[in-house]
Amino acid sequence: MNISLSDKIKKEIDSIKSKFPDDQNKSSIIESLLIIQHENNGYLTNELIESLADYLNVQKIDVYEVATFYSMFSLKPIGKNIISVCTNVSCMLRNSDQIVNYIEKKLKVKIGESTKDNKFYLKDEMECLAACNGAPMMQVNHINYENLTYEKIDKILDGIKDD
Amino acid sequence: MIKVCTQTFGHKNPSSIDTYIKLGGYSAWKKIITEKTSKSEIINTVKESQLKGKGGAGFLTGLKWSFISPNDSQKYLVCNSDESEPGTCKDRDILRYNPHSVIEGMLIACYAIGASVGYNYLRGEFIGDQWNVTNNAIKEAYDQKLIGTNILESNISIDIIPLIGAGAYIVGEETAMLESIEGKRGMPRIKPPFPAVQGLYGKPTIINNTETLSSIPYIIKNGTDWYKNLGEGDSHGVKMFCMSGHLTKPNVIEAPLGTRFSKLLDECGGVLDNKKLKAVIPGGSSVPVVKGEVIMDTPMDYEPLMKIGTMLGSGGVIVMDESTCMVSVLERISRFYYAESCGQCTPCREGTGWLYKTLVKIRSGHGSQSDLDLLNRVANQIEGHCICALGDAAAMPVKSFLTNFWNEFEYFVEKKQSMII
Ligand SMILES: Cc1cc2nc3c(=O)[nH]c(=O)nc-3n(C[C@H](O)[C@H](O)[C@H](O)COP(=O)(O)O)c2cc1C
Ligand code: SF4
Ligand code: FES
Repeated sequence: MNISLSDKIKKEIDSIKSKFPDDQNKSSIIESLLIIQHENNGYLTNELIESLADYLNVQKIDVYEVATFYSMFSLKPIGKNIISVCTNVSCMLRNSDQIVNYIEKKLKVKIGESTKDNKFYLKDEMECLAACNGAPMMQVNHINYENLTYEKIDKILDGIKDD
Repeated sequence: MIKVCTQTFGHKNPSSIDTYIKLGGYSAWKKIITEKTSKSEIINTVKESQLKGKGGAGFLTGLKWSFISPNDSQKYLVCNSDESEPGTCKDRDILRYNPHSVIEGMLIACYAIGASVGYNYLRGEFIGDQWNVTNNAIKEAYDQKLIGTNILESNISIDIIPLIGAGAYIVGEETAMLESIEGKRGMPRIKPPFPAVQGLYGKPTIINNTETLSSIPYIIKNGTDWYKNLGEGDSHGVKMFCMSGHLTKPNVIEAPLGTRFSKLLDECGGVLDNKKLKAVIPGGSSVPVVKGEVIMDTPMDYEPLMKIGTMLGSGGVIVMDESTCMVSVLERISRFYYAESCGQCTPCREGTGWLYKTLVKIRSGHGSQSDLDLLNRVANQIEGHCICALGDAAAMPVKSFLTNFWNEFEYFVEKKQSMII
């Protein structure tokens, strides 16, 4: 049981649990999945989902529902560094579609795919990322980069080390 | 320049508790807990200030608080920091530059409604910056005993707890947020019962937007007349306007309610590249679009915008110049609502799909006149027939784009290409 949850993760989950009433373990699912996913190279496996259900003592289906509903969870392996280019309306007006094209060409991927070397994942982002005054913008590993130009993109992406 | 929610902006270490306290922060909260101000007095002050919710609906905050069930069960406050209405980018600035105003506002709100716990729910995409700042700020306030058990020896105990989402626009809808906090999919609940009666874990709950709660300490400290008088003309109070799109200097501007659109436009350096203004969506992508010349002299407030057929919404002001293809913009907006519909209501789930697919068809040059009628028909079938306002939010842009720019849509289906070259 729970073989795949490390002690470190369990400790973090315990502190998440303390945010909610004692009988409300389901409330901890979202934040727990985020940290589990982070520790597991950015994606969730059935095994991890089920271990969390066991650890929180909730139904497996409860955790699956959450894992499939929210867009930041991935159920398949993805590239190490997540790029989300906002293409919602304010960014579209500031040419975000060209930004996506540029990144697709530069990384040789289509939106929604990971690079062959698994270094990058270009997420098919539907949402406005709440930085509309900095359009066009993207998040790389959830850090905002705004007022993008091709040169800026080169600098940001080329600056990410392989390790 | 007036500064309410933006008071700490531009200061050194704007998010630190020292900066906030130096500027008078937490004095309203300390006064309340030492004097044991009555709850009704606080609620009345907020009511009289005419503060309206900044999350989109513009509901009077004091009035909402007064609906809280008077029974003595556990109650909750939820701060809605899900900020995800396209075109809206103000809460993220409050969260990263003035987080203590949100905390103090939450404490005061908790006290006034009798809640012992306040959750601040941040959208998942804020996990990089805003999440860390929020967590740090809350810790600072606990360290100074402004939050927690027996706050400053007052016998009052309130916990403020940060929560993070994981990507879903619909969670911004207040009852979907409650579902999400309960650890479920973010699916809106049928109202009534309203959250003030039956909310989080079935307990009475008040949900307010980040900007709303951030305004509270300043109103309590400076009084209702001060806040009301900040408005221009007949308007009361201030609003953060998120100015985006075709502007020389896109920006988030806190300005008096009632400020004319033309003035906000000027403050952003006018339309980008001196082009002509074509259209504006003044309250986030859910509200109707209006033509540039119609909004130019309109005071930016709830009623004047209603009069010209649109809404203030979240204050996400999206500006479009003459080179904008309205068919493409509407297609993009419809894509969003299609992607974000939670799928519970058939008219919304199916209708948003029809809208998007029809617009894709038109824009790829395969549309016909009957598709334009179809768009209107589907929009009418969604509107008013759903559990939450996402359905309406998907329908309103369609109807307003078609009404205001009919000739552009007609041109597209006839000539199979955009009128804008
Ligand atoms: C689809 C949908 C999305 C919403 N998104 C948000 C949001 O991101 N932030 C927000 O504060 N309110 C949002 N709202 C409005 C909330 O339901 C609620 O009215 C608001 O948080 C109340 O706070 P206020 O009275 O202080 O404005 C949304 C509503 C709907 C229908
Ligand atoms: S209107 Fe749409 S988003 Fe809202 S509850 Fe119904 S299906 Fe879900
Ligand atoms: S539209 Fe791109 S950040 Fe809002």
